[in-house]
Amino acid sequence: MLWSTIIYCGIITYLTRFTMIFLLKKDILNDKTKKVLSYVPSAIFPAIIFPPIFVDNTGSLDFEGNPKILAAILAIIVGYISRSILATIFSGLISYWFLIFVYYQ
Amino acid sequence: MNNRLKTLAKGITDVSPLMIPVVPFGIIYGVIGMELGLSAYMTFGMSIIIFGGASQIVLLQLFSGGASSLIAITSVGAVNSRHLLYGAVFSEYLSHLKLIWKIILSYVLIDQAFAVSNSYFKKNKENEFKHYHLLGAGFTCWIIWQISTILGIVLGSVIPEELGLSFTISLTFLALLINDFRNFKNVIVMLVSGIVATIGYNTIPFQAYIIVAAISALLVATLLTLINLKKK
Repeated sequence: MLWSTIIYCGIITYLTRFTMIFLLKKDILNDKTKKVLSYVPSAIFPAIIFPPIFVDNTGSLDFEGNPKILAAILAIIVGYISRSILATIFSGLISYWFLIFVYYQ
Repeated sequence: MNNRLKTLAKGITDVSPLMIPVVPFGIIYGVIGMELGLSAYMTFGMSIIIFGGASQIVLLQLFSGGASSLIAITSVGAVNSRHLLYGAVFSEYLSHLKLIWKIILSYVLIDQAFAVSNSYFKKNKENEFKHYHLLGAGFTCWIIWQISTILGIVLGSVIPEELGLSFTISLTFLALLINDFRNFKNVIVMLVSGIVATIGYNTIPFQAYIIVAAISALLVATLLTLINLKKK
């Protein structure tokens, strides 16, 4: 990792926050654009979530007896019911630990 | 207490409950930074310079996969594009402020601060010092994020790698989507993104899978939005 990469990323991050406040006199984004932008988290976060779960260290897809898949499904169910960020993270982590340290041992 | 301080304090108290999940997120970030072999200065420096959990974690993940700087920077830009929406929404309330205020407030315009200040601004349009709310909320997030990063850096050197804490990256981002699970269209967009990224992880060169997945999923989101508008 280079410091320059971090600084460029910092500038990009800052600019995405600053541009609209600085440029717009009033709200000029139309409703359609706003609606599409509201999908951004749903469009990007799964790209971060999925590969570490489904792709193993050798780079091939891993579906059978994969503790991460089971733990993630459990976390989704807990998150859906509880709507709690903490409950989602910890239910997933604890079931993952149970699977790797107890069940698959 | 004058109105400025009162509004500042309201911003701090409003955002405080949202800080509970930020603490473990910051700790996880710090721990993983250390596990990937970054120096403590770099891990902490990212929290100061970038100040955005999602961007920082994406950067770590791409770094561990050996991505180039250009891909890393572009991916961070994609992750951050949601902030354009925040700025656009807030411009209505902040456009009258002096440039220096816009410069300062932009630095702390993160998800949690946006969420609470947006609902405050809607209800308090006439408060001439309403921007102090965002200042209070934003800098509360900033302080909590820096402290939890430091905690993670300290813990990162003692937590064993066998615990598989890198899995918490997936879990944390999953948790940030829980409110969208109920919306069928969001779920479609999530599946497109996830499937494209998983298939593309090894097939798309230069670790560009996050960008390709995000663009594909946003195209689907645009289509879904257009179909919905036609129905009306």
